[in-house]
Amino acid sequence: MHEMGVAMQIIEIATASIPKNMALARVERVNLKIGKLSAVVSDSLRFCFDIAVKDTPLEGAELKIDEIPVVAHCNDCGFQWTIEAAVFTCPKCTSGNIELLSGRELDIESIEIAEKEKFSE
Amino acid sequence: MISSMLPGFKTSRALHHEHAHNHVHVHEEQLAGGTDTRKSGTRDIKVARRVLDANDTMARQNRKLFVEKNVFVLNMMSSPGSGKTTILERTLSRVMPNIRSAVIVGDICTTNDADRLAVSGAPVVQINTDEFGGDCHLAAHVIEKALGGIDLNAVDLLIVENIGNLVCPAEFDIGEDSRVVVLSVTEGEDKPAKYPLMFRQCDAALLNKIDLLPYLDYDRQAAIGFIHQVHPGIPIFEISAKTEEGFEHWLEWLKGKVNGKVGLQ
Repeated sequence: MHEMGVAMQIIEIATASIPKNMALARVERVNLKIGKLSAVVSDSLRFCFDIAVKDTPLEGAELKIDEIPVVAHCNDCGFQWTIEAAVFTCPKCTSGNIELLSGRELDIESIEIAEKEKFSE
Repeated sequence: MISSMLPGFKTSRALHHEHAHNHVHVHEEQLAGGTDTRKSGTRDIKVARRVLDANDTMARQNRKLFVEKNVFVLNMMSSPGSGKTTILERTLSRVMPNIRSAVIVGDICTTNDADRLAVSGAPVVQINTDEFGGDCHLAAHVIEKALGGIDLNAVDLLIVENIGNLVCPAEFDIGEDSRVVVLSVTEGEDKPAKYPLMFRQCDAALLNKIDLLPYLDYDRQAAIGFIHQVHPGIPIFEISAKTEEGFEHWLEWLKGKVNGKVGLQ
């Protein structure tokens, strides 16, 4: 429901990440990681992103979303598994003393900038 | 000697980076300089930052202020209509004036909840999210703004009644000490399984409106089962905000939490 706000944050961070000597460069792609437990819907985010990039250095950029599975580790028996349904107990020993190793991501990994621009090094 | 140490140094830095990637993503040196790797036609600029960085930073500032001012902050969340405001009315009337309390209440519009809570005598700040350009959750900067209306020096407990929504508020840290989710027996028993992040993020769950149980086909054991399936071991308080049944355990938990941080007289 807050995908527009998230899209605007992505644009802000991505724009700030463009090196100064590439200020006129066109951002072709934003590589994003979204954990499956995060409260963001990928399709809605893409929709909002495509609207929000207008008149920014990211106009026309593709939003590449890598969906990260929810991986848990049992602190009691050491078992590690991918959580598919909303059950957060260890399937081996039924312990609830678990730690999530991934699944909460909402991270910008990198941006890709068109190489054809002329850069002053 | 030096040459044999260098590869070791590199390895430990590489490991450090792998470790960092599993957690919070802040790589100052990459932000400043940009690490470029050449691919055909495009140039990769490493960013490695959380999208909600700005919110997390503001939440940390809020949390620091709450420590300085010795205030315990509770973030109360639920779907609309589960009874948050009534729970707060009754809670305030039971804990005040021993625990000096204040409330920030978020809604998309109206000041109805603030009007109801103000009767308790606690300072109440109403936030209408449309003024802030958001509509589904309270973000850390909104809380920071609302704090201008509260004298934190005269407060032990600040309760934030979040926007009625089981999705978005779970994602936004506001600098709180504890989070509580309210579920009422007029909702589906399986809501915790439908909104797992919310129930995992909270430190306690309130199952409200139990006075209605005789009139409903609600399976409370199933509901409790779903909550524990998503968050094993989370304390669950079965209450009725209307009759105050079950309030002793809830208030005992709350007082324990407040006392644990601020040390009540």
